[in-house]
Amino acid sequence: MLELRNLSIDFGKGASRVQAVKGISLSIAKGETVALVGESGSGKSVTGMALTRLLPEPPAFYAGGEILFEGRNVLGMNARELRALRGGKIAYVFQEPSTSLNPVFTVRSQIAEALHLHRPEVADVDAEVVHCLDMVGIVSPRQRMDDYPHQLSGGMQQRVMIAMALACRPQLLVADEPTTALDVTVQAQILDQMRQIKQQTGMAMLLITHNFGIIGGIADRVAVMFRGKIVEEGATATVLGNPQHAYTKALIGCIPQLGQHRRRLTTIDHDALGALC
Amino acid sequence: MVAYLIRRLFFFVPIVFGVMLLTFVLFFVVQSPDAMARRVLGPKATPKAVENWLHNRGYDKPLLLNRTGQAPWHDSLFLNQMGRLARFDLGKSDVTNRPLAEDFREGALPSLLLTVPAFFVGLALSVVFALYLVFIRNGVVDLAASLACVALMSVPVMVYIIAGQFLVAQVLNYFPAFGFQLEGFSTAKFLLLPVALMVVSGLGADVRLFRAMFIEEMGQDYIRTARAKGVSSALVLLRHVFKNGLINLITLVVASLPFLIMGSVVLENFFGIPGLGNKLFSAIQAPDFAVVQASVFLGSLLYLGGLLLTDICYAWADPRIRLQ
Repeated sequence: MLELRNLSIDFGKGASRVQAVKGISLSIAKGETVALVGESGSGKSVTGMALTRLLPEPPAFYAGGEILFEGRNVLGMNARELRALRGGKIAYVFQEPSTSLNPVFTVRSQIAEALHLHRPEVADVDAEVVHCLDMVGIVSPRQRMDDYPHQLSGGMQQRVMIAMALACRPQLLVADEPTTALDVTVQAQILDQMRQIKQQTGMAMLLITHNFGIIGGIADRVAVMFRGKIVEEGATATVLGNPQHAYTKALIGCIPQLGQHRRRLTTIDHDALGALC
Repeated sequence: MVAYLIRRLFFFVPIVFGVMLLTFVLFFVVQSPDAMARRVLGPKATPKAVENWLHNRGYDKPLLLNRTGQAPWHDSLFLNQMGRLARFDLGKSDVTNRPLAEDFREGALPSLLLTVPAFFVGLALSVVFALYLVFIRNGVVDLAASLACVALMSVPVMVYIIAGQFLVAQVLNYFPAFGFQLEGFSTAKFLLLPVALMVVSGLGADVRLFRAMFIEEMGQDYIRTARAKGVSSALVLLRHVFKNGLINLITLVVASLPFLIMGSVVLENFFGIPGLGNKLFSAIQAPDFAVVQASVFLGSLLYLGGLLLTDICYAWADPRIRLQ
């Protein structure tokens, strides 16, 4: 369904050019969940934003490669086609729900906006908004939909973000660090909710995270990104159980284990790894 | 909300009192009432005439507090005037002896005719230009417009006035470059040039400010969310950016409302428009303390009212703000 072929993304030009993504290839099949794992600055969020060309151009610049969605190159699409793609086919959930929702609009109007854009055939918008909120586990959605974002907790706000993304029944959900800003118990709830929704809707998902700890139960495959390249890719169980690349080993080694003898937390030696890549 | 408003109105009293005290002290540090009387009456005035003038207007009383012991302590010039203002009695002009309430009523209309159209036209143009510049940001036109804004800001108002009067009256020979007459719709011909100049002289600064404000909104996470939903660039600007930018805009706009009523001192003088700005200017020169005092009194009340209105508008525009 989605295929990245040798995709390169630069920021800036000339002397100030930074190569954020250096020729990565990745594919996501219908209904599949792929986790894109890497530390901050590895290019994983840039890759996620690039799927619908959300990066501001300039400074972003697609230096090479292709992004194929259902066989069509996203990089060749005009503004109208891109708008239909964004939200309609590929929807996003971002990291920080408290700033990602518009503070001056109600939950209802923000979800309704997405519905108007991509599903104008929906007659009873309110009922559909309630349905979406219900799907992400919001209690008494009819009351909550007239709330403004600041009246909701962080977990609730992220549920609203997910509801908004799901409202237009996308084929692919890009979840960019969806649980990083939330506390641990809420993290588990949200991940569980996402897993359930995936089962119900059968949509594909690209889960972008720095945390190997959360992908176990949810991702079919993992791609590990380091300095703009994918250094390892494979089935989740294989990569977690038997990592091949030194960076993957180092990242997995950074997860603190419960019950382990107290020790210094592992850090990653970037210079040594950089020489390897 | 109501409790909040009442509390705020309560604070008006000490603030206005402070402003009036400051104005009083500043005015009479520069010149004593005696000197003022001599300037109004002219150098040939007899001591008797000066004494009468002072007595009729209450200027023969002690300035701030009465410590003569012959009268209660509050029988002073300042406190008597404050008592009068507390009853919203503006008093009479020191020079013409006309009731000031009448004077102000007369002056308010020409002032408003000048400032209100200029304010709304200027605001609308600035917002539209700023939004457009954000829409085409970082392009050649945006850069050129930024330069033009700096140029507009850098030229002093006087230059606009002189150039405008020259162009319109001498070169185009179109409508009067000076003067004012209230005569229905044809009053507009006197106002067109000053209104246009007021708009142009404020445009550069406002467009730059609003542009910067809207650009800052563009960087917010929720703008990214809106784009990720598939909202078009134009709607992102008009709906998401504008509604959030409105909150900042309100501060600027509402706080400047009092100045509309008080008029534009410079423009009214250059164009001979008998508005409040003009009256205040002549009063300082005269010197007519009663007019200065009444102007400051009304001005500070309007300003405080404007600030209160800002808070109310905030609560209306931003659901996160509650007045308590």
